[in-house]
Amino acid sequence: MSVLPDRPSDGHPGPGSPTLELRGVNKSFGAVQVLHDVHLTVYPGQVTALVGDNGAGKSTLIKAIAGIHPVDSGEVVFEGRRVHLHGPRDAARLGIEVVYQDLALADNLDVVQNMFLGRERKRGVVLDEASMEQAARDTLTKLSVRTLKSVRQLVSSLSGGQRQTVAIAKAVLWESKLVILDEPTAALGVAQTRQVLDLVRRLADTGHAVIFISHNMVDVFEVADRVAALYLGRIAADVPVDQVDRAQVVELITAGRSGDLGIEPTVAEAGV
Amino acid sequence: MSGNTIQTPTSAQEPGGASSGFEGDRAADSVGAIVRGYVDKVRGGDLGALPAVLGIVVLGILFTVLRPDTFLTPLNLTNLLVQAVPITLLAMGLVFVLLLGEIDLSAGVVSGVCAAVLAQLLAESGSPWWVAVLAAVATGMLIGVFTGSLVGIVGIPSFVVTLALFLGWQGVTLRLIGQGGTVPVRDPVINGISNDTLPVWLGWLLAVLLVLLYAGLQLARWRSQRARKLASEPLVIVVARIVLIAAVVLGVTAVLSVDRALSAAVELAGIPYAVPLVLVLLLALTFLLGRTGYGRHVYAVGGNAEAARRAGIDVTRIRVSVFVIAGTMAAISGIAAASRLGSVTPGSGAGNTLLYAVGAAVIGGTSLFGGRGRVRDAVLGGLVIAIIANGLGLLGVQAYLNFIITGGVLLLAASVDALARRRATTARR
Ligand SMILES: Nc1ncnc2c1ncn2[C@@H]1O[C@H](COP(=O)(O)OP(=O)(O)OP(=O)(O)O)[C@@H](O)[C@H]1O
Ligand SMILES: [Mg+2]
Repeated sequence: MSVLPDRPSDGHPGPGSPTLELRGVNKSFGAVQVLHDVHLTVYPGQVTALVGDNGAGKSTLIKAIAGIHPVDSGEVVFEGRRVHLHGPRDAARLGIEVVYQDLALADNLDVVQNMFLGRERKRGVVLDEASMEQAARDTLTKLSVRTLKSVRQLVSSLSGGQRQTVAIAKAVLWESKLVILDEPTAALGVAQTRQVLDLVRRLADTGHAVIFISHNMVDVFEVADRVAALYLGRIAADVPVDQVDRAQVVELITAGRSGDLGIEPTVAEAGV
Repeated sequence: MSGNTIQTPTSAQEPGGASSGFEGDRAADSVGAIVRGYVDKVRGGDLGALPAVLGIVVLGILFTVLRPDTFLTPLNLTNLLVQAVPITLLAMGLVFVLLLGEIDLSAGVVSGVCAAVLAQLLAESGSPWWVAVLAAVATGMLIGVFTGSLVGIVGIPSFVVTLALFLGWQGVTLRLIGQGGTVPVRDPVINGISNDTLPVWLGWLLAVLLVLLYAGLQLARWRSQRARKLASEPLVIVVARIVLIAAVVLGVTAVLSVDRALSAAVELAGIPYAVPLVLVLLLALTFLLGRTGYGRHVYAVGGNAEAARRAGIDVTRIRVSVFVIAGTMAAISGIAAASRLGSVTPGSGAGNTLLYAVGAAVIGGTSLFGGRGRVRDAVLGGLVIAIIANGLGLLGVQAYLNFIITGGVLLLAASVDALARRRATTARR
C-alpha cells in the first residue's frame, strides 16, 4: 500500500452521509478554553487523521466524542441525529469505540476474555466461552489478523503490535460504526507499525468511520483519506488528503495556516 | 452484526481454517507441544499446581522416611486432612482478596469472632445448631461488608484496615468469651463435622460418582471444543488429568476407609464430614470464579482495574464483594475449627492462623500481586501447611523450630511468586 492520493471507491459508495459531525463545539476546563468552535466531519469507510501539536486538544476532542468530557456548547450529530453524550456508555450505545493509547487490556486474561470484557456472553449465569471464542476468532479473521498464535493466549505474552491489534479488534467486535484510535503506532517498531496501519486501513475498508490520531506524517499520508488539523484548539483545516502535501500539514500543525488554508491570521493571533 | 456487516474479500476464502493463524489453538498431541505449552505458561508467570504438588510429594516422602511407623498410617493421614480443613477454608476466601492484590489480615480473627458467636449461641441460649451456624455465617458476611466498604468505598488501603481490625476483632472475641475463658462446643452436629464419618459405602459411592462426573464433564468439554474447532488441550493432557484426579480421589477414599481405630474392640473408618464440606465449597467457588461473569470480573479488576472500569465493570462492588466472600469463608473456617477442637477460646483464630492461610494460598500458586490464583490453590497449599505441621509434630521438634520452618516456607513461596511475576513482566519488554 503506497501513497493513496485518489482512492478508487472499491465497492464502497463515496463518502456518502457523514457518520459524525461536530458543529461549533466548545470545551473549557475551568477558565482555560481548550476547544474553540470545532467543526469536524467524519465519513464511513474513511480514515480521518486528526493531527496537531502537543496540547492542541486532540485527546480532549476525542474524549468529548467518547462522552468522557461532555461538550460545553455546540452540536454533536451522529448519523444525522443530534445526540447528547454524557458518559462512555452513551457513546458505546451509538457504536462509538475508542482505543486509548494505554490500550486498557488486562494482562492476566486471554485475548477472548479481553475482547469481551464487561460484555460477556452468558447462558444463564454461565459464561458462554464457546460462542465468545468463535466470535473473537471470526472478527480477527475478518480483519485478516494472522499474527496471533492462539486466541487463548494471555495478553501478557503478546508483543506491542499484537496488543494494539487485540485492542482494535475489541473495538470492532461491537458493531461499532466509529472507531477512534489515539496514537496507535506511537510505541511500535517498523514491522508492527506496518501491521497496525494495514489494520486501520482494513477497518475503513470494512465500512467503519475511523479517526486516527498521529504525530507521524508518514503514517498519516499512508493511511488517511482526510486530514483534520487542530491548532490551539481550533480546526485549521479539514480536507481530503490529496488536496494537501506533507509540508502544508506540518505548517498547519505548527502555525495554524498554510497558503490559503487555515485559520485567519487575526483569529490565530487571538488564540495565542 | 447488522447494519455494519464486515465484508472483506479475504473473509470468504478461509472461515477459521488452519491457514488463518491461531495454529496454537489446536496443539498437536505431541509431548513436545505439551512441554512447550507449559513452558509458555511458566514464562507468563504461572507455575500452575506444580510447586505445591512437588511440595506435597517431597514432604510426604521426607516424613515417611523420618517417621516410617507413624506418618503414613490411616489414622495420621485422617488427622492430617482434618487439621488442614480450617486453614484451607480460610485460604479459599483469601484467594478472592489476593486476586485483587488486596490482603485481609483480619480473616483469622474474624473466624474467631464467628466461632465465639456460634459457641455462645449453643452454650448460653441453647439454640439449635443450624441457628448458631446461620448466625456465625451471617456475622462473617456482615464483617466482610464492613471491611469491604472501608477498603472499596472509603478507600483505605486494605493492609491498614485489616491490621486495625485484626486488633479490634480480637477484643470482641475476648469480650464474647471472657478473659481466660473457654466455651465448650458440645453440639453433636457441630462436633460431627470434624469427628464423625460418612458410612464407608457412601464414601465410596460419592468418590466414584465424583470421578465419573469429572471425567464426563472434561471429556464432553473437550469433544465439543474439537467439534466446534475451538481452542482445546491435547487429549493426552485431558486424560492424564482425569487419571490423576481419579487416583487421588479413590486413593484417599481407600485410605480413609481402612479401620484406623487404635483398639481392636471398636471400628473407626470412613471419610470425615469435613472433607466433603471442603470439596463442595471448592467446586462451588471454582465454578463462581471460573465460569461466571462475576469471576471473570474479579480477575479483570485484579489484572488491570482501570481497564475493568472502562469496560463498565463496577470495580467498587467487586472490591467489596471479595471481602464478603473472605468473611463468609472465615466464618465457615471458624465453625470447622470449633468442631475439631470442641471449644472456642479468646485465642481462636489469632496467632498464626492467618499467616498459615495466606501461606496456603501463596504456596498453592496464588499471587500476592493480584490477578493470578485459583480456589484449588488453597487446598493444595493447605495440605502442604498441614503436612509440615503434622510431620514436625511427629518429629517432636520444639515449637520455635516449627515457627521458623513454617515462616521459611511462606517466604520461599512468596519469593517464587515474586520471581515468576518478574519473569512475566520482563518477558514482554
Ligand atoms: N482535565 C483537564 N483539566 C484541565 N486542563 C486540561 C485537561 N485535559 C486537558 N487539558 C488541557 O487542554 C489542552 C489540550 O490537551 P490535550 O490532551 O487534548 O492535547 P493533545 O492534543 O492530546 O496533546 P498530545 O499530542 O500531547 O497528546 C492542554 O493545554 C491541557 O493542559
Ligand atoms: Mg493526547
